[in-house]
Amino acid sequence: MLQSTASAIREDVASGRVSAVEVCRAFLDRTTAVNAALNAFNLVTSERALAQAAEIDRRRAAGQTLGVLAGVPVAIKDNLCVRGMTTTASSRILEHFVPPYDATVVARLAAADAVVIGKTNCDEFAMGSSNENSAFGPVRNPWAQDRTPGGSSGGSAAAVAARCAPLALGSDTGGSIRQPAGFCGVVGLKPTYGRVSRYGLLAFASSLDQIGPFTHTVRDAALALSAIAGADPSDATASREAVPDFAASLTGDIKGLRIGVPRAFVADGVDAGVRAAFDAAIGTLRGSGAQLVDIELPHARYAIPVYYLVATAEASSNLARYDGVRYGYRSARDKDQNLKQMYSRTRDEGFGAEVKRRIMLGTYVLSAGYYDAYYLKAQQVRTLVRQDYQQAFEKVDVIAMPTSPIPPFRLGERTGDPLQMYLADVFTVSANLAGLPAISVPCGFSEGHLPVGLQLTGRMFDEATLLRAADAYERETDWHAQAPAI
Amino acid sequence: MNAIRYEPVIGLEIHCQLQTRTKIFCGCSTAFGAPPNSHVCPVCLGLPGALPVLNRQAVDFAIRAALALGCEVQSESIFARKNYFYPDLPKGYQISQYERPLALGGSLTIAAGGGKRVGLTRIHMEEDAGKSLHEGFPDSDRRTYLDYNRSGVPLIEIVSEPDMRSAAEASEFFAKLRDILVWIGVNDGNMEEGSLRCDANVSVRPVGQTAFGVKTEVKNLNSFRYVHKAIEYEVDRQVDLLDGGGRVVQETRLFDSTGGATHSMRSKEEAHDYRYFPEPDLPPLVVDAARIERARAAMPELPEARRARFIAAYGLPEYDAGVLTQSAALAQYYEQVAREAGNPKAASNWVMGELLRTLKERGAEIADVPLAAGALAGLIRLVDSNVLSSSTAKDVFARMYDSGRSADDIVSAEGLAQMDDESALHAIVRDVMTANPDAIAQVRAGKNNAFGFLVGQVMKQSGGKANPKIANQLLKRELDGTP
Repeated sequence: MLQSTASAIREDVASGRVSAVEVCRAFLDRTTAVNAALNAFNLVTSERALAQAAEIDRRRAAGQTLGVLAGVPVAIKDNLCVRGMTTTASSRILEHFVPPYDATVVARLAAADAVVIGKTNCDEFAMGSSNENSAFGPVRNPWAQDRTPGGSSGGSAAAVAARCAPLALGSDTGGSIRQPAGFCGVVGLKPTYGRVSRYGLLAFASSLDQIGPFTHTVRDAALALSAIAGADPSDATASREAVPDFAASLTGDIKGLRIGVPRAFVADGVDAGVRAAFDAAIGTLRGSGAQLVDIELPHARYAIPVYYLVATAEASSNLARYDGVRYGYRSARDKDQNLKQMYSRTRDEGFGAEVKRRIMLGTYVLSAGYYDAYYLKAQQVRTLVRQDYQQAFEKVDVIAMPTSPIPPFRLGERTGDPLQMYLADVFTVSANLAGLPAISVPCGFSEGHLPVGLQLTGRMFDEATLLRAADAYERETDWHAQAPAI
Repeated sequence: MNAIRYEPVIGLEIHCQLQTRTKIFCGCSTAFGAPPNSHVCPVCLGLPGALPVLNRQAVDFAIRAALALGCEVQSESIFARKNYFYPDLPKGYQISQYERPLALGGSLTIAAGGGKRVGLTRIHMEEDAGKSLHEGFPDSDRRTYLDYNRSGVPLIEIVSEPDMRSAAEASEFFAKLRDILVWIGVNDGNMEEGSLRCDANVSVRPVGQTAFGVKTEVKNLNSFRYVHKAIEYEVDRQVDLLDGGGRVVQETRLFDSTGGATHSMRSKEEAHDYRYFPEPDLPPLVVDAARIERARAAMPELPEARRARFIAAYGLPEYDAGVLTQSAALAQYYEQVAREAGNPKAASNWVMGELLRTLKERGAEIADVPLAAGALAGLIRLVDSNVLSSSTAKDVFARMYDSGRSADDIVSAEGLAQMDDESALHAIVRDVMTANPDAIAQVRAGKNNAFGFLVGQVMKQSGGKANPKIANQLLKRELDGTP
């Protein structure tokens, strides 16, 4: 059962072949068994999950119609609010914060009868690419426990890879779903900006953040996306674009589909094993009838600096609310401290090093006298990055790149050099800057049996084509069916 | 030695709460005076993950204000974050507008300065902050309490050009602006509750100089009187400084209403760097021509226009028109009375006379008046058709005001209708004449006072109901006819 997809579990629960409680217990047992080694969960909510599963069974017995994710255990990244469930963003500053409301995606999963089994570890406030920035310790990669699962949604990726849940939600600001999906050998989808409501997502960079699913199969990702996507009166940036039944678009037919490959952009600094897997993957796509087209993304090389200016600027403002006044951690070092001291101590003690680094960067970027040179310039280049994609999509339907230039690296290997860590996001950040949907699907292994991800990027709100291409690839391979030996 | 003469240069920034039912970015109530922190939600408390969604009514009110002040409403405006830390600011930033505000330009003409036109720079939308309560609790020496009910109440900030040259001009500008904002229904005008707040930018320069002097920003001017006092104080302070060979320092100053003085709050060096940037959680605010037209159509007639129309259409004296257009509610009330009574001048007399006097006595507002305009019109019609004498009508008015009954009702129930019936009046006239032979003799001797006395007796015997005109005629006839 642990190897089952979400789609299969839903069918089995709805048809009564298995009860939601049995499913829930199996995945909870698995989670308990492996979490000590992986540290993928900040919180496991067994009782609540079992009660919800029992309720689903009761409703089925009463002949009621069940939701599209009925009985599917789901792990939620710990930067998404679940009413009554501690939500920390893996930060000391929110260590005991219990939100009084559900994120829209959580409410929609509940409406689809999915069962939340817990909150997953991540980089603090989703800032990081290795999960080493969590206040609660790093997550370990189920394929190689001395290595990173990627970040920032490392816990969600590891949880799905280790079969703790067939479905998890993450958030992706510069690759935080796709990169860990690639590192953990699972499917990870970042929808178009605005496709999924951000209400209840603890904001890192509001113009880049987007919530998406981790799954074993593209079909499950399509199913989950249909369940969580769509307009939301609580999020002014959530699009009113109609939400199709994405699973229905998975025809397996990509004959004549034009897949763009930015050869020059992916030529440098890519690990040999990653390159080999990527070349094989685009060969497979061509074998399925797709047409490979060389494209150029001339401004893509500026995406990293642009990203770290825009994202840190927004983060410096988004994280201002964590000030010790209303909720969360408050420094009590000195009873007689004045307001300014309370603020600075609270934030100094409550935030980790990387979060503070980014707040300082972002504050600087927005400061009087620097705004034009940094923030404004970055926004202008962001427009150029977006235009690159627009031009490319005149010639092609989907763009293929490796998800990450490197395979999962060892824990501690890159923590001393933040810049080196930032550069690992080179292939993922531009989709966020342009607002485009992108997916990472397993495409093989590099040396040492470390997973490699193939990233496909689609047109705005054209997840249907993106998912069709990814699904067609998946049908020709069995990488997604392989499980780590944990 | 000739002292240099200085000219004050003043610009105002006015924060105006919009009278929406709910807050600007969430569905919480904006009602004033609720128990602390009872009108709050994840959005206006700035809880993690909460997002703002713009209140349409707030935008429509802001557009209405912009149109009333002759501003140009921008087809696209951008919300921006103003970043600073303060406990009553739950998100650590205020959502405001910065580089691209809702409206630009506009003006307001004041009587001072010979009908001066004060230019407006801009109107932008923003959210109010919560309230820090530093006093009134047993542990207020150690603690500040926070009430977030006000957090997220919609505001517009109206920024004037530095066009005013005296404290009197500035306070008149503020007062006039308030009248208009209240008139068009976007603000309740309640300055004590902070619905309208004013900051002043003040500088002085030698008369004849075109360049501006160094300005200070004076905050916390929440009444017309304070605006006047604070600016006068600040102008004198700056002139004294300059006369004494000193210089004015650019800074923010706080007006202390008890001492009547301004005090330095923070210097230019200590000024916040607000790190404004476009609010990524809100799309650009797009206002199309149709929406502006709808706002224009929904706009009540402005005071000046209405005053002119009252004079032209109803033939009212300028004074009456001025009094009746002091508030939109009063003007509307008057106009309904005038229309239904069919006698604009009588309507004006009643509204300005009995009605306003009674309201004042009771300390009530026109909005709370229990007497419907139609009812007052009914009373006027009874007078005009001679059913009621004007003195009886005043009594009836008082009864109507308290009971809510119609004039017809009171008149018929209490038999108050004027006596027009000649035969009944004739009988009373005869009685009076019989009882007052001396008076008759005096009338005959040419003493007009005595005739008045006789009329009074008739009125008295009729219980005040006799139609005085008919009573006069009958008396005259009787006196002429009898030897």
